[in-house]
Amino acid sequence: MNDVVLRGVGIAYESEVVVSGLDLDIGSGEWLALIGPNGAGKTTILRAIARLIAYQGEIRIGGHAVSGMGGPELARRVALVMQQPHMPDGMSVSQYVLLGRSPHLAYFGKEGRRDQQVVAGILERLSLDRLAARPLDHLSGGERQRAAIARSLAQQAPILLIDEPTSSLDVGRQQEVLELIDDLRAEQGLTVIAAMHDLTLAGQYADRMALLVAGKLVAVGTPADVLTEPAIADHYQAQVRVMQMNGSGRAVIPVRGHAKEGLR
Amino acid sequence: MQILARFSRPARAEPGAVLQGLPRLPWLWATAGAVVLLAAMVLGVLVGPAHIGLGTVLQALVAPSAVDPAQASILWSLRIPRVVLGAIVGAMLASAGAAYQGAFRNPLADPYLLGAAAGANLGATLAIAFAPGSSLIGVNLVPLAGFVGAGAAVAGAYALGRTVTGLRNTTGLILAGVAIAAFFNAIQTYIQQSQTNSVRQIYSWILGRLVTAGWEGVLLVLPYVVLSVVVILLHRRLLDALSIGDDEVTSLGISARRVRLIVVIAATLGTAAVVAIAGTIAFVGIIVPHTVRLLVGRSYRVVIPLSLLFGAAFLVLADTAARMVAAPAELPIGVITALVGAPFFIVVMRSTRAAAL
Repeated sequence: MNDVVLRGVGIAYESEVVVSGLDLDIGSGEWLALIGPNGAGKTTILRAIARLIAYQGEIRIGGHAVSGMGGPELARRVALVMQQPHMPDGMSVSQYVLLGRSPHLAYFGKEGRRDQQVVAGILERLSLDRLAARPLDHLSGGERQRAAIARSLAQQAPILLIDEPTSSLDVGRQQEVLELIDDLRAEQGLTVIAAMHDLTLAGQYADRMALLVAGKLVAVGTPADVLTEPAIADHYQAQVRVMQMNGSGRAVIPVRGHAKEGLR
Repeated sequence: MQILARFSRPARAEPGAVLQGLPRLPWLWATAGAVVLLAAMVLGVLVGPAHIGLGTVLQALVAPSAVDPAQASILWSLRIPRVVLGAIVGAMLASAGAAYQGAFRNPLADPYLLGAAAGANLGATLAIAFAPGSSLIGVNLVPLAGFVGAGAAVAGAYALGRTVTGLRNTTGLILAGVAIAAFFNAIQTYIQQSQTNSVRQIYSWILGRLVTAGWEGVLLVLPYVVLSVVVILLHRRLLDALSIGDDEVTSLGISARRVRLIVVIAATLGTAAVVAIAGTIAFVGIIVPHTVRLLVGRSYRVVIPLSLLFGAAFLVLADTAARMVAAPAELPIGVITALVGAPFFIVVMRSTRAAAL
């Protein structure tokens, strides 16, 4: 079971409370989009699930508390793709993706042939095989994002946390990356939890959405339940039209002029 | 420099390897390093006030009894141990420099980053000024005090960095090292100035030298250096992993803090040992790893083993030069490492991709 359960989760930086009283259930194989205005706590929640920051309450994966897991054990269950992954200059794509095998190695261990085979398969699947020897600093934005996803897939973790998978990509690369994640989810039965800025893309790809405002969950449900014009007006202070697309979710279109009135 | 370019070509994938683009030791460079080291050691043994030919040296190595006892004694008690010590010190400082640069993800890091040099200088200064010629359990007090001083300074920096930032970031630790070094340097300078009788001796110690009598120095540092180098070599993969940043490496199940702590302890132990014997020789820990990096790439799987070889060769050559330039007087070796090292480094930097830094 690869479900993720959050119960009464609270997170504070120094004394500032960023997330409070969060209860959330993400089913095995589900794609949940965390949405909300800037500063809502989306990234913070992903970081807490990956145990990069301290939290109160309980986070369980497949029934096991995250707090009780060893570092490598957690990394074999949860992979995190950061919004702007640090990619060292000069490191080759294959070396970078091979780092994803770390949770499967002993402390002083060395990657073996099996690890290389896993990575070779992933590079091929993500059309990165021709770029295997290329330094990371010679990649385009879309290629970098694919390399980051490839590294997380190398962990072979059933739960994928992705922070803003499409930021700084053009519309073609945005679709390419999201389609790729969706295909991988279907192929490998991944549970995907993604912090997403773009509501239209979130509405098209996610099974469910959790709308956060100032660290509190204000709505959770299908895109049809959450992406409503009044909810977006209330929580984003934005005037939008929400359109039902034929069979591919919802589109959120900003309407010019109205937001300014709200600021006066 | 064309040779450099040819040597620097990316290595082809190993036969049977599944993936392309993985770092592997370039055997051409490793062989070149071994040859240069061997040549430097032979040259180092040949140079000295008493003329001893290559034939005699080779004979002394295989059949010492067949060589004139006076010459054999010069070789086995003075020159060979000195050259061996030079190789050990150079290998240690260069690999410790690479290890510090990896642990702190900072190209300017060197083995003295957390105050090891300042601590060693203060310890040695105290011993020279207040207890000249003393020994403790049969060991000369000066290296012992240098070793303890270096260890104390780094431990102090670590403790201070921990209280200030909880080791969440390396900047706090580095700043703690800077503060400890400044404090120790101030005390050291005060003692040096107030003890006019020993100024010259203290200054000579600080600039570094490889004067030894027999194998005592070599045997004293060897256990620490072997332990330190083995631990650093075992962390090559993890140092590469650290380069993606603490958060991301933590998300891969690797504790960045633990890796950093172990690497820093190991590198400091070895550095403290060699500094205690040879003084605070400057620049080796920066120039050698960076030169290697410019030539063969940035992976620590390659940088650390080659830094060991080239660091050893560099210091043996520097020591030989220190003995030759103003013979019969000797220049402090630290002067040579900086004087020769800096221009050489600039040449390498200009002739390769400076972007590789």
